[in-house]
Amino acid sequence: MKSRWNWLHQWASPRWFYRRSGACIPWCAVAAAGLLAVALVWGLAFAPPDYQQGDSFRIFYIHLPAAVLAQSVFAGMAVAALVVLVWRVKLADLFIRAAAPFGASMTALALGTGAIWGKPAWGTWWEWDARLTATLVQFFLYLGVIGMHGAFGSTRTGGRAAALVCVLGALNLPIIKFSVNWWHTLHQPATFTLTAPPAMPAEMWLPALVAVLGFYALFAAVVLFQMQSEILYRERHTDWVRRLVDGAA
Amino acid sequence: MRPVRRRRLLALLGLVVAASLALGLVLYALRQNINLFFTPSQIVAGVVPLNQRLRVGGLVVPGSVERAPDSLAVVFLVTDTAATVPVTFEGILPDLFRPGQGVVAVGRLDAQGTVRAEQVLARHDENYQPPEVQRAIEQARPPDADEY
Repeated sequence: MKSRWNWLHQWASPRWFYRRSGACIPWCAVAAAGLLAVALVWGLAFAPPDYQQGDSFRIFYIHLPAAVLAQSVFAGMAVAALVVLVWRVKLADLFIRAAAPFGASMTALALGTGAIWGKPAWGTWWEWDARLTATLVQFFLYLGVIGMHGAFGSTRTGGRAAALVCVLGALNLPIIKFSVNWWHTLHQPATFTLTAPPAMPAEMWLPALVAVLGFYALFAAVVLFQMQSEILYRERHTDWVRRLVDGAA
Repeated sequence: MRPVRRRRLLALLGLVVAASLALGLVLYALRQNINLFFTPSQIVAGVVPLNQRLRVGGLVVPGSVERAPDSLAVVFLVTDTAATVPVTFEGILPDLFRPGQGVVAVGRLDAQGTVRAEQVLARHDENYQPPEVQRAIEQARPPDADEY
């Protein structure tokens, strides 16, 4: 039991994390490039068009993964925020800092592709529909997290304030998820659920699945890289970073 | 768990419970306003005010779409399968507008019970299909099958 805790504590040490994550980044980056290339070529060129929407349906292969990431990144940040607020683990704060801009970009991408898709399919760029509005709120919550980090004199206070926004902001996630079931909305209900097979044939949903995995790999690569930079910056006065920089120079 | 951490965890959980309760009450109070559209049943039942901007959502009744020969004016019926409401519109309809398709019409309800739409939006469902699959389904279905 004791050794298991030690193993866990190692991962909370920025220095240990820096060494270990450095080895993962190239793998994540290669996986992201490969999966995204396969998914985009497959989805945009080879998957069959939709019987009603034709080729404009293909924006689904970017819209869906962006929307999935927009929500799951925030869920991950909320868990990290709990760790920040209760256990005061520095690394969890670094994760929130690194993940927030990525999540905000994904939310913006989901809103943007949704608008481009909405114009031909629905006849409007934007409608104050529950799903769309809740996603816009999510975008502002991301901006709130990013803003909170810089809003205080000390990094620590800023990190805790941002963590609080993450925990409370996570309450919006079930609203986004269930908005299409709870209210009449313009947005259609979920195509993918855990309880039923996807409401589309395999040659249509497989590229979407590959795209989601590719977006996750990209997220891992970007976040680990950002966390590494932040670790180097925060620990710049320590011996190990000095030695690392001297060794590299 | 050390007492100080337990205290922080409990405080945080309390905060989350209180915030979800507040949010839940707000959403409950606003539940009618959050709905994007009224259903034809609600309009026929008279819960909808006259001459105010509203949205009505439902399926376009097949065979009900009448286009004017000399303008972009169009009249069609919208149904939720329980009640039906006529909608008039003048303008360009979205590509997905077709009989049997879900639509949301934005406009005003007049005294005759007709919705005078300023904008018509199309809904689509979560089921996507390649064209050949859809053709096969249509061929397999008897012609007098339920059209919704």
